[in-house]
Amino acid sequence: MKTLLVAECRQGRPADATAELFGFARTLGAEVSVAYIGNPDDLPRFDGLVYFADVRDSGEYDPDVHKRLLLQAVEAGRPDAVVFMHSSWGWDLAPRVAAALKAAQVTEVTGVVGEGYIVDSCNGKMRRTVRPLTTTVVLTLQPGAFPALQPGGAPEIHLLRAEHGSNVEFIRYEPPPADGVDLTRAEVIVSAGRGVGSREHVELVKALAEALGGEVGASRPAVDAGWLEHSRQVGTTGQTVSPALYVACGISGAVQHLAGMKGAAFVLAVNTDRDAPIGEVADLFVVADLRQFLPALTAKLKR
Amino acid sequence: MKILVCVKQVPDLESRFVPNAAGTWFEEAGLAFRMNDYDEFAVEEAVRIKEQLGGAPEVTVLSIGPGRVVETVRKAMAMGCDHGVHVMDQDAADRDPWQIAAMIAGFAGPRRFDLIFTGMQSIDRGSGQVGLLTAERLGIACVTTVVGFSLEGRRATAERELEGGARGVVGFGLPALVTCQLGLNTPRYPTLPGIMKSKKREIECLSPDEAGLEAPLTMVSGFAPQVRMGSGTVLEGDAVELAAQVVALLNEKTAVLRRGGAQ
Repeated sequence: MKTLLVAECRQGRPADATAELFGFARTLGAEVSVAYIGNPDDLPRFDGLVYFADVRDSGEYDPDVHKRLLLQAVEAGRPDAVVFMHSSWGWDLAPRVAAALKAAQVTEVTGVVGEGYIVDSCNGKMRRTVRPLTTTVVLTLQPGAFPALQPGGAPEIHLLRAEHGSNVEFIRYEPPPADGVDLTRAEVIVSAGRGVGSREHVELVKALAEALGGEVGASRPAVDAGWLEHSRQVGTTGQTVSPALYVACGISGAVQHLAGMKGAAFVLAVNTDRDAPIGEVADLFVVADLRQFLPALTAKLKR
Repeated sequence: MKILVCVKQVPDLESRFVPNAAGTWFEEAGLAFRMNDYDEFAVEEAVRIKEQLGGAPEVTVLSIGPGRVVETVRKAMAMGCDHGVHVMDQDAADRDPWQIAAMIAGFAGPRRFDLIFTGMQSIDRGSGQVGLLTAERLGIACVTTVVGFSLEGRRATAERELEGGARGVVGFGLPALVTCQLGLNTPRYPTLPGIMKSKKREIECLSPDEAGLEAPLTMVSGFAPQVRMGSGTVLEGDAVELAAQVVALLNEKTAVLRRGGAQ
């Protein structure tokens, strides 16, 4: 199998997650080439072909121009799979390439089985295997699902030529809001997930965080529900944390969340569903209704 | 100005999902359905643009699925959409993103919408492809994961949500398709008069073929609960006893309770 790994460049730097693209290719035992729209002095290091375009000419976010560059690379290398990380850049670009190639796309791949790709559904509770029916497939990989691998070596460069002209114009980056909470240095984080159930029950999570002298965190669904602000989100589109204690309250444990908290020294999970994926990383898994258990634990800690 | 909003009906994710006989998706019996969260932002944004422009734009809402999705179309109409369209597709759950996009683009193409709003993804399947594939088929600009949107004449500015709370600001001309992310707006609740009015309105019904259905590009199997391998200690029982056990274990295995936080 021939893969074209599409490496991302963000604010002048190659994305760390590029290593996971190499890890994915290794898992498949696939032949590797890389497409990189970035700086010429930080090309991915491996022994193979890099389809390269200079970011100073092609822009960091210019989906029309990038799509045409990637189509050139596909035309030249005829890969079986065009592989992106599932990032804000990758999920935006992958379907544009798939549409142009009339190729099947599989989004947020977490594993491979035979000719199929495993993906999560229903918020990580369920999984499915999606098999492409087209000769070329476009994939995005769920961050954290494949091992990071730095192959090393010296690539051979194939220059891509940018055709300018785009229907979307990039204007500027806006940094994250400054009033955000920095969870990256917290010793203790108590996070609320969808299983907390309602805004009132988030108060139980806050009370426990206070009793432990820690910060309140959140999973994506708790932020989406409007219970906690985005600046408290832990996971791939939030913060990556490494506290001494991480308490996951009603968090099922989608890979995007796990990727943000797997650096915690000790993980306590509270969930009614003992099959919840958070069990994979929990040092201590309390199978209980958090409406009863959290107040009991808070009271015990305060005594 | 003509605006289209695409909405999907999704199950309540708190439910227990039972795989269907083919192993492609879940059995629907006993599940409660509602409008996909991100699509609510799409409806709200379309209605806001209509209000900003003094009610001049016509807002059409489209949903693909079995008969139950009419309820979601009516909700969008109760929120302020003018026209409802239902692609009656009993097999919508087995369609892949390519097929859904083919039907939306097939419907939208000849009607020449200036703006199309969709959710950034559905919460049950999360492919994040349908909006982009639709826009690419229509050959119009597409901006995804939008948390800020403004329109001046036929020129739009949008903020895309990036990793870690950063944003990317982009500009584009109409026609365009925008996929909506949490943070863009707060969807309104339908008012009672809005609900009453929406119940009387006619909803245009199309078959998948009339909409432009194409063959799938993928095949699905093995829909099942996640396979898990736990490694830590599992505790069950009475809440008060559990609390005592957990405090003892935290004292034994971590130093956090000795750092003064718990007193």
